[in-house]
Amino acid sequence: MGGCNAKRCGVGIDELSHLPDHIKEKVYNHPCYSQEAHHFYARMHVAVAPACNIQCNYCNRKYDCANESRPGVVSELLTPEEAVKKVLAVAMEIPQMTVVGIAGPGDPLANPERTFRTFELIKEKAPDIKLCLSTNGLKLTEYIGKIKELGVDHVTITINAVSPEVASRIYSWIFFNHRRYRGLEAAKILLEKQYEGLKACVENGILVKVNTVFIPEINGEEIEELSKKVRKMGAFLHNIMPYVESDGTVYQRMGIKPPTPSQLKEIQEKCESHMSLMRHCRQCRADAVGLLGEDRGQEFTKDKIAKLEINYNPEFRKSIHEEIEKEREKLRKARELLSIPLQEDKGISVLVAVASKGNMLVNEHFGTAHEFLIYEVSSKGCKFIHHRKVTPYCHGSISCLEGGEVLEDTISKLSDCKAILAAKIGFEPRDVLEQRGIQCVDEFACLPIEEALVKYYEKYVLKKKAVEV
Amino acid sequence: MAMFIRQEDCISCYACEGECPTKAINHDEEGRFKIDPRLCVECEGFYEEPQCVAICPIDGCIVRLEGIDYGCVE
Repeated sequence: MGGCNAKRCGVGIDELSHLPDHIKEKVYNHPCYSQEAHHFYARMHVAVAPACNIQCNYCNRKYDCANESRPGVVSELLTPEEAVKKVLAVAMEIPQMTVVGIAGPGDPLANPERTFRTFELIKEKAPDIKLCLSTNGLKLTEYIGKIKELGVDHVTITINAVSPEVASRIYSWIFFNHRRYRGLEAAKILLEKQYEGLKACVENGILVKVNTVFIPEINGEEIEELSKKVRKMGAFLHNIMPYVESDGTVYQRMGIKPPTPSQLKEIQEKCESHMSLMRHCRQCRADAVGLLGEDRGQEFTKDKIAKLEINYNPEFRKSIHEEIEKEREKLRKARELLSIPLQEDKGISVLVAVASKGNMLVNEHFGTAHEFLIYEVSSKGCKFIHHRKVTPYCHGSISCLEGGEVLEDTISKLSDCKAILAAKIGFEPRDVLEQRGIQCVDEFACLPIEEALVKYYEKYVLKKKAVEV
Repeated sequence: MAMFIRQEDCISCYACEGECPTKAINHDEEGRFKIDPRLCVECEGFYEEPQCVAICPIDGCIVRLEGIDYGCVE
């Protein structure tokens, strides 16, 4: 999609467009792999894997909080049988859920029986659901046969370094061959196993995404090299995620700082020339349920599921997916017609924050948005950069007394954005936002995101009259 | 000789249970993990170090049980 002619430039930029067709087909409905799909399809993680075999300096296994959203955190551990019941319940309740992953709260392959039993049961009862696995890679080569046999065709490996020196500053220890290794020795074994596992997946036709936790002062210098290396080895997607600070970790005690949004953007841009980057990752919990931006896990707790009678109906699911595809097709056709006039001076590039709750539309109110999708709009088109989490302005307290503080926080997170596009923006925040130089635009409510961005760009950035619909 | 799990530190991650060569570790329905001191040999004769300690993510959670007359422990 996209592409330019002499006067105007196409809008849609698909990060997976260069991939071979058989891979495109595999990731087409996968919210974690396809940026477009994540607007329409949902995923869930089942928390069946509590044990871990390594200790990362950014992880604290003691911490568990239902309001915390980050990997490694989970509220309720499930047995494989409970997990499959939850999967079937969610599959009927949220039929746009296409993918089940096991990502922890520990490492799936440090819990091989629980992990593989869960996959077996899902495969048996709901064969239309895609399975994926997210691992630190230490045991990947060992279990590659089993992974292939179960039809798990997507594996994510978290690799944070190229050199053992850097890796030794990220991991405190690993448990391998009945021993605890530390320092350089641990780092060497882990890296060797991770890259070996990547190779084994590629050789077995399993799609590999590599996750990297970006910790500027620790591995910042190696990220670009890592990106090149994993692409060369056959990973199809690289996901550079910001390190998230959490209580009680080695890094917190050391005062290690997470990257700023601009540091993240910079490193992503550097690596983008080497391979496809994933920009829409929400670093979700090991028990997350729903579209990527949302977590409906609380609707599917063990107590609630135990009471449910579930009649799994793949036909019903299929019909919903067909509806979604019709919608996607319509949007795609509309997008192909969109274009931005080219300008002599290459055009101004602006960042725009968009409030959306799915279906690729500007359909969320400013006051209820938990996150904004940040797009870069220029004469080259609209490019999704990343999302930024915020506290909703109307956060549910009786009055909006703390609204001012919340608004300040949101402004600080969006200060580099020229405008906010939302379905609605109330008078009070609007005045403050406008004073601080952020345009508030709700006239494009419920339009497809890219169409709204183009209209905004033409009307407000190029100061042209709005194009007639 | 035996190892002991300090309940206040245990996060019930199951990691130790699967690694124990003498099946001395088990858990109840609430996810409380215990080591049976009559079965635990601190991995002597099996591995260089107690496996439960080597894989436990919480430092100081699994310690050596000392000065206890094992005959009295249920």
